[in-house]
Amino acid sequence: MTAKIAYDDVEVGTELPTRTFPVTRATLVRYAGASGDFNPIHWNEKFAKDVGLPDVIAHGMFTMAEAIRVVTDWTGDPGAVVEYGVRFTKPVVVPNDDRGALIEVSGKVAAKLDDNSVRVDLTATSGGQKVLGMSRAVVRLA
Amino acid sequence: MALDQSFVGRTYPPTAPYEVGREKIREFAEAVGETNPVYTDPEAAKAFGHSDVIAPPTFVFSITFRAAGEVVEDPQLGLDYSRVVHGDQKFAYSRPVRAGDRLTVTSTIEAIKSLAGNDILDVRGEVHDEAGEHVVTAWTKLVARAAEEA
Repeated sequence: MTAKIAYDDVEVGTELPTRTFPVTRATLVRYAGASGDFNPIHWNEKFAKDVGLPDVIAHGMFTMAEAIRVVTDWTGDPGAVVEYGVRFTKPVVVPNDDRGALIEVSGKVAAKLDDNSVRVDLTATSGGQKVLGMSRAVVRLA
Repeated sequence: MALDQSFVGRTYPPTAPYEVGREKIREFAEAVGETNPVYTDPEAAKAFGHSDVIAPPTFVFSITFRAAGEVVEDPQLGLDYSRVVHGDQKFAYSRPVRAGDRLTVTSTIEAIKSLAGNDILDVRGEVHDEAGEHVVTAWTKLVARAAEEA
């Protein structure tokens, strides 16, 4: 485990670089294939609307996978992640156009823990709405 | 209709081993737009002290969710999968998943609740490698949203 950020160099409140991740229908088809989650709410507009959703929505796990990149790109080694949890508060609605949706993620160090670890709290929004709640990662630093 | 509470505490037998392949990790990393070479280049992974390429932190969900499928699709439990959305997800890692791993999952139903007509199911998946060592625990909360009144 080789994180490129040193524990001694961060403080509570240290902000991680903010990232914006695009998601289109094509992204969702590709993610469905790679993950094996073929629930039609992620690719079939008629089905999604029939079960009461506004439109096709992104896999929550896709959003979760994007959000942690703010942490893993910061630390360098994704193997340094010790814990990671989220609550899916709002779906990321993905319209059937060329632009799709954007997921904006920011993070900051919320606590310094034992064993050179820190807790990073993440904020993820799409279309101005918070899409992840209680989004926290514990990561071991150098 | 509320789900059968007698399922709480039920543990399912360990799944057959899932073999983690380099190309599957590459496919997943590309699908989420990852560019970190630790997912695709064994030499880059070794530079970080890993014995082979590792998987992105959320990769293992594909394996634990498939294991939970036995629960989700159990007709006796009666969860309406077409109305299921993912509520919460958490992972606690002993080490990253890596290429060459043969992983088994043991799923346990931790809780079943009914809230405002929604059925809520908590499943814990314990993931072990071929040597029996713990790799990661995944907690999954699934919510079957109430059907709208006709």
